[in-house]
Amino acid sequence: MSEDIVANRVRRGFYLDSVALMRLSATLSGREGVESATLMVGIPSNLEILDEAGLLTAEGRGAGPDDLVIVVRATRRSAIDAAFEAAAESLERAAESEEASDRRYPGLRSACEALPGANLALVSVPGPFAAHEARRALGRGLNVLLFSDHVSVEDEVALKREAGRRGLLVMGPDCGTAIIDGVPLAFANRVRRGDIGVIAASGTGLQEFSVLVHRSGGGISHGIGVGGRDLSDEVGAASTLAALEALEHDAGTRHVAILSKPPGPRTEAALIARLAECPKPVTLCLVGRDDAELPANVHLAPTLRDAARHALGPGASESARDAGPGPHPGARPGRIAGLYTGGTLCAEGQAILRRAGARVASNAPIPGVARVDRSGPATAGPPAPGPVHQLLDLGADEYTTGRPHPMIEPAMRAEALEQALADAEVSVVLLDVVLGTGSHPDPATEVTRAIASAPASRPAVVASVCGTDLDPQNASAQRRALERAGVFVAESNADAVEAALSLTAK
Amino acid sequence: MKDLLDGPLKVVNIGLEHFAADLRAAGVEVVEVDWSPPPAGPAALALAARLESGTPAGDRIDAANRVAVKRLLSGDPVLVDVCRAEDVVPGMRDRLLLHAGPPVDWARMCGPMRGAAAGASVLEGWAEDLDAAATLAAQGGLDFEPNHDHDAVGPMTGIISRSMPVMVVENRRFGNRAFCPLNEGLGRVLRFGGNDGVVRERLRWLERVLGPALGAALRSVGGIALKGLVARGLSAGDEMHQRNVACTGLLLRELAPALARSVEERETLAAILAFIAGNDQFFLNVAMALGKAMADPARGVPASSVVTAMARNGTDFGIRLSGTGELWFTAPVEMPRGLYFPGFTEADANPDMGDSTIVETVGLGGFAMAAAPAVAGFVGAGSAAHAAGFTRRMYEITCARNPEWTIPALDFAGVPAGIDARRVVASGIAPTINTGIAHREAGVGQVGAGVVRPPMACFERALSGLADTLPAEGPERVP
Repeated sequence: MSEDIVANRVRRGFYLDSVALMRLSATLSGREGVESATLMVGIPSNLEILDEAGLLTAEGRGAGPDDLVIVVRATRRSAIDAAFEAAAESLERAAESEEASDRRYPGLRSACEALPGANLALVSVPGPFAAHEARRALGRGLNVLLFSDHVSVEDEVALKREAGRRGLLVMGPDCGTAIIDGVPLAFANRVRRGDIGVIAASGTGLQEFSVLVHRSGGGISHGIGVGGRDLSDEVGAASTLAALEALEHDAGTRHVAILSKPPGPRTEAALIARLAECPKPVTLCLVGRDDAELPANVHLAPTLRDAARHALGPGASESARDAGPGPHPGARPGRIAGLYTGGTLCAEGQAILRRAGARVASNAPIPGVARVDRSGPATAGPPAPGPVHQLLDLGADEYTTGRPHPMIEPAMRAEALEQALADAEVSVVLLDVVLGTGSHPDPATEVTRAIASAPASRPAVVASVCGTDLDPQNASAQRRALERAGVFVAESNADAVEAALSLTAK
Repeated sequence: MKDLLDGPLKVVNIGLEHFAADLRAAGVEVVEVDWSPPPAGPAALALAARLESGTPAGDRIDAANRVAVKRLLSGDPVLVDVCRAEDVVPGMRDRLLLHAGPPVDWARMCGPMRGAAAGASVLEGWAEDLDAAATLAAQGGLDFEPNHDHDAVGPMTGIISRSMPVMVVENRRFGNRAFCPLNEGLGRVLRFGGNDGVVRERLRWLERVLGPALGAALRSVGGIALKGLVARGLSAGDEMHQRNVACTGLLLRELAPALARSVEERETLAAILAFIAGNDQFFLNVAMALGKAMADPARGVPASSVVTAMARNGTDFGIRLSGTGELWFTAPVEMPRGLYFPGFTEADANPDMGDSTIVETVGLGGFAMAAAPAVAGFVGAGSAAHAAGFTRRMYEITCARNPEWTIPALDFAGVPAGIDARRVVASGIAPTINTGIAHREAGVGQVGAGVVRPPMACFERALSGLADTLPAEGPERVP
């Protein structure tokens, strides 16, 4: 080890707070080639400390109590000079203050104090902590939109009970979409305000419904997400019933729509009994359910498209009906490969195919549909003529654990799309393109890129765009991009499924 | 819920930042919580939630906390005297050494505290020399008890023995008294484990000269009220833990005329004035006695989750809650983070030590960091904004703001006062404590200064202990 050099420099008549000096010492000590650096006011006790540490030279010894001593120990002369220079520069520089300009607060309490009248906590922390934060927010009188997933059903029940006791609403857990007071929350589309109030146990269900209402000239008063399990018998529709009561009292809501998977049997009975007392007309869409005994004020819609049409009523402008896809040059017998990013859109597709008598399998099957896993289609059920269509929910847990949801990052679907486009057994590829806040800025491009590299004999591609022209991605622009690549773009997911089916039949 | 649909929407965002950005772009008022995972386990978090305001147990705790905090804030601490410990400290006796923090025996005692104990034993004449003192202690010939059990507090090792002079602060609102030794100054001192002849000589001077002179001066003026003095100190950049420059000066200004009258010898007077003037931290020990005198009346309010003591002995960190009386809830103490004097590094540091955390307990020190931006430099930028951030975080875990102790840099907001153990666990925000850093070997002294956080486990255990005192239908305890 080479001998260290110690050098002192004295700055006459300079005072700086000792803490500032210690900080500066620490910074200078971190410089390359510098063993240690110390800045001290030249009072006798400090000089003594320096002397004992072997850091005082003749120059330093001459410092008085009003002077500043700069001590540098280093392996080379050049490092010492550079350190002295850096010290001088730092001493001259006026202390820069860090302005706390943003609106971030150390905790829930100060955040609430900073925003009097706050009425909603948007919670998206990791699952294990989400219930805790939601509970604290309820404790402060806030309604909660719980975006986080991986919240246990026990926590969900407890949170919703607590919310009920306090007259508050919990949207979620795993609530991806809401529109409150005209504001899209989390993953939602920008739609016109109107008189249809929606309660949805499904994120993309609410998105598709609100987009179809918007396109037909209608609008949404509020879109209240309740979480996918709310209508299970464990949770008992706690948030659905609370939201229903709120929409009943909401002067801006004329018509109520409820969108969900088929509920638990006890919950369905209780919900229908409760709906009979609703003073407002209700559209009920239990995706995959075609019939139910309902009171007169409640209409059952088999698809999201039908739900939107019914909620709009006869007065609404009919959107231009599709001419239907013309015969695709590559039209051929085979199956539909549905590659969905939206879970409820995938379920709606299965329901339509099932009702049409087609055979269908899915990784997220609705009742009556065979289960398929990632390794390939299931062979359950008796052999029957015709292909087995396969609709995959690429947002399901088995695809998204440890990677982003395909609505945020569509690259994962692009891979599956390339495979499907090269598969000789596939007749039609069926897609959803979901827009809105939170979604990928340009999902259409991922699709068109895959098509561009597909073989000439590729299957037909049918898609729907779930979005409006108010969305950041602009639905018309996305649609045009898809059409230029040869995709048939339908007006709704239901229309797209029907178009795909008609192509396989040609 | 009605106000949710009737709007306007006002959102608190906890989690993904881009949601807040989207909402802001849509013209919605949003505030963001700077979230990080709370360190407490799920059982402790669930317990904190069950004791939260709005639950039956929580409402009961809230009511108790209002009583405790009112007692804390309404105190009127006055420095009235300096006396020999054995004359005023309750239970003080021969062969008894009071020490900082929760109970600790010789076997588990850290180096500096052993050093201080040995030094005090020689000072009291219980042992011929330091080695003999150590042997005496190891053989059980000395009693060790926490200062806090004797209405006393002491900085760092906090060792008090019978002949030592202690300052007496009387809380005139409640009539209780608290005691703290005189500050010995910097360098080799007993509170950092120093125990050589120089240290003992200085202690004898404190006992024979400084103590009696200060006592006489204080008695002659009927005591010095401290609350207003601290308020002035806060507006002059002190936070009363790492920085006591202003308050030391203010105290000296009030004491000087009385000292001039009560000390006959001019050279002695000069030595006394020089001793106080030469020690920027002289007031720290006064502030500690003040903290103890203010915090003690808040003890013993059934169901209260307000912290009435935080203290460390270099081995354990301990806290007490108002609603759990004399019980200590302890966990292994942590290492301070900070800056070191030339020639020293973290490797030299002793784990956190001292009763001085009593000042944080009453809203000073790390809680009043916004008043003392220079002190914040020990752990970061040291800008006014950075310092304010420390104080703002403490509002998350306290019950009240002290209207009599305000901080100019925060638009005269009161210091955060009355730590609520529930909020500490639920928010995961630990109290910020400003501290000196002692060398791990006895006798070397202070090697740096910085910030330390109490272990979260103390608060989890305290909350569980409090839950045990609540009626049977109350929440379950943490396993």
